[in-house]
Amino acid sequence: MMSTLAVTVDNLIKNYGSQNALKGVSLEVNQGELFGIIGPDGAGKTTLIRILATLLLPDAGQAEVLGMEVEGHYRQIRNRMGYMPGRFSLYQDLTVLENLQLFASIYQTTLEENYHLIKDIYQPLEPFKNRKAGNLSGGMKQKLALSCAMIHEPEILFLDEPTTGVDPVSRNEFWEMLIKLKARGITVLVSTPYMDEADLCDRVALVQEGQILSVDTPVAIISRFPSKLFAIKSTDKYQLIKDLQAYPSTASVFAFGEYLHYTDKRAHSSERAPEQALEQELHQYLQDRGHRDIHIKSIEPTIEDCFMAFMQKEHKWSAP
Amino acid sequence: MKRFLAFVRKEFYHIFRDKRTLVILFGMPVAQIMLFGYAITNEIKDAKIAILDKSKDHLSKRLSEKILSSGYFVLEDYLNAEHEAEGIFQEGSVKMVLIIGEDFDENLQQNHTSHIQLLADATDPNTANTLINYTASIIRSFQSELNDHRSLPLTITPEVRMLYNPNLKSVFLFVPGLITVILMLVSAMMTSISITREKETGTMEVLLASPMQPLQVILAKVVPYLLLSFVNALAILILGYYVFGVPINGSLILLLLECILFILMALSLGILISTVTHTQQTALLISLMGLMLPTILLSGFIFPIENMPWILQMISHIIPAKWFIIVVKSIMLKGVGIGYFWKETLILVGFTLFFVILSVKKFNIRLA
Repeated sequence: MMSTLAVTVDNLIKNYGSQNALKGVSLEVNQGELFGIIGPDGAGKTTLIRILATLLLPDAGQAEVLGMEVEGHYRQIRNRMGYMPGRFSLYQDLTVLENLQLFASIYQTTLEENYHLIKDIYQPLEPFKNRKAGNLSGGMKQKLALSCAMIHEPEILFLDEPTTGVDPVSRNEFWEMLIKLKARGITVLVSTPYMDEADLCDRVALVQEGQILSVDTPVAIISRFPSKLFAIKSTDKYQLIKDLQAYPSTASVFAFGEYLHYTDKRAHSSERAPEQALEQELHQYLQDRGHRDIHIKSIEPTIEDCFMAFMQKEHKWSAP
Repeated sequence: MKRFLAFVRKEFYHIFRDKRTLVILFGMPVAQIMLFGYAITNEIKDAKIAILDKSKDHLSKRLSEKILSSGYFVLEDYLNAEHEAEGIFQEGSVKMVLIIGEDFDENLQQNHTSHIQLLADATDPNTANTLINYTASIIRSFQSELNDHRSLPLTITPEVRMLYNPNLKSVFLFVPGLITVILMLVSAMMTSISITREKETGTMEVLLASPMQPLQVILAKVVPYLLLSFVNALAILILGYYVFGVPINGSLILLLLECILFILMALSLGILISTVTHTQQTALLISLMGLMLPTILLSGFIFPIENMPWILQMISHIIPAKWFIIVVKSIMLKGVGIGYFWKETLILVGFTLFFVILSVKKFNIRLA
């Protein structure tokens, strides 16, 4: 399927003094796509989004939004985009309604005229419309901010970490809204440090230290996970990590909640060792080390596992 | 235009919902004018003095009475000998001692001369000076009363009249200065703070990302403060006129127009400050240290510019408040028209244009 590009970024470089925020980032976002920029704090997500939102100039490289170059056509782009910064940036001393009306008038429209655009997002807020924005809960603030960013029917939305610091229920609701916006044909570019949100995007870019590790659909990224993944648990988690790190055929071991995620060196050689045998051998080793209540299960990798794998052995992975 | 009005309304919401802003905007001007009008004054009332009358004759008593009934002095004590003066000064309550020489009346009648000594506590030199001047002028008028009865050959009597402020009321000086300081404070400080506040809370980022022109954002900020500053100027004039009797001898309309010009100048200065600062604290500090202090100290508000060393006189030229104070004094006290201060007015216009152009150039359409 060929679709036009909403965003093209080519070898973007941005430095803050001696700090390299972006070290040559390239990516393309299709029109009507829900695109995620995923990476930990300090990866360069905010810098990238601000450059695309015409708020920062890159030191080198090209960036185009809706076919327009970000530096020269910033005014046209600003007319057609919606932007939500990472920090809640509405007027805290104005009420919900006053904020919305203000942003409507900034874009020369009215709340009544464009009510249909934000109806889904705004409706749960409507009972609180006379409450000061500063007194809203985190989830409601984000809904209000999204409403304000949507009031002028933008063609593309830039959302910088919209779900950071928001409770899990509100996070889900927020993503449901983004999916609905996508269904209306709006391109949505969203950054997030939460790896589990990657699955909700059409495509994601994994970023780390100003570089893109991979750009693909979440499914494709997971399918390229290089080895078999096991989740392991025992009574003593700390000792378990130490013992697994000492185990000669360990490829990687990371803590994931109550389990440890483990990959085996032998598992990605061409003649794959049978899963059962690997599990048994591992079980035996841990038992000898005095672990009790050992659980080992083979699991499907998540985006976070992929991210860890990318970070650990970036050089061994070939780009698709 | 609708967009602009929506922004002006938003700005008023900010102002009226923030108690601290309200206090600075309306509490401070009133408090300052009351302070300067009543508490902080150069005038002397009821200064305590002691009198050592060595002659105790008819004429010396008349002189003492005249001095004491002037309203400037109250009698603390009569002294009996000169050495007591030292002690009474050291106690600290007495500011001046009047010593009338021996045979006051007799010497005057026969030798046409007589001696009076004035001792003043000059730990506060201004007060000492003022007291001596007051007393000397009372003695002069006492002398001319005496001379009415006889003709002395060849006497020169200077007739002194204090023009534009005949009673030398310090409030006449303070009101023009206060208008200046308060307009500077409200306009420059409050706008620079309110713009940097938008930077701090991140709302400026959202505004930048919108198609709104920076100039529109700034203008919308300026209008409410222009209105409020103007109300402040009116309040000070009204208080000055009705409470302290400061006259407005010249054209009121001209005065108000000049006030608006000065407000615009201060607003553009506030905008300039906000373009080079990122936090409310730095904006506040720059406004206070960089604007308020020179406005108070170097504008001629409190200390006469003519008495400053030439380097400070030079600096005072680039302080807009100096020119505005000249204008206000000319209109209010001298009652003259624009013909007498068109130069000062032009200088203020020049300052305004300079600051506006500089801020427009400095205003960032992006975040960095």
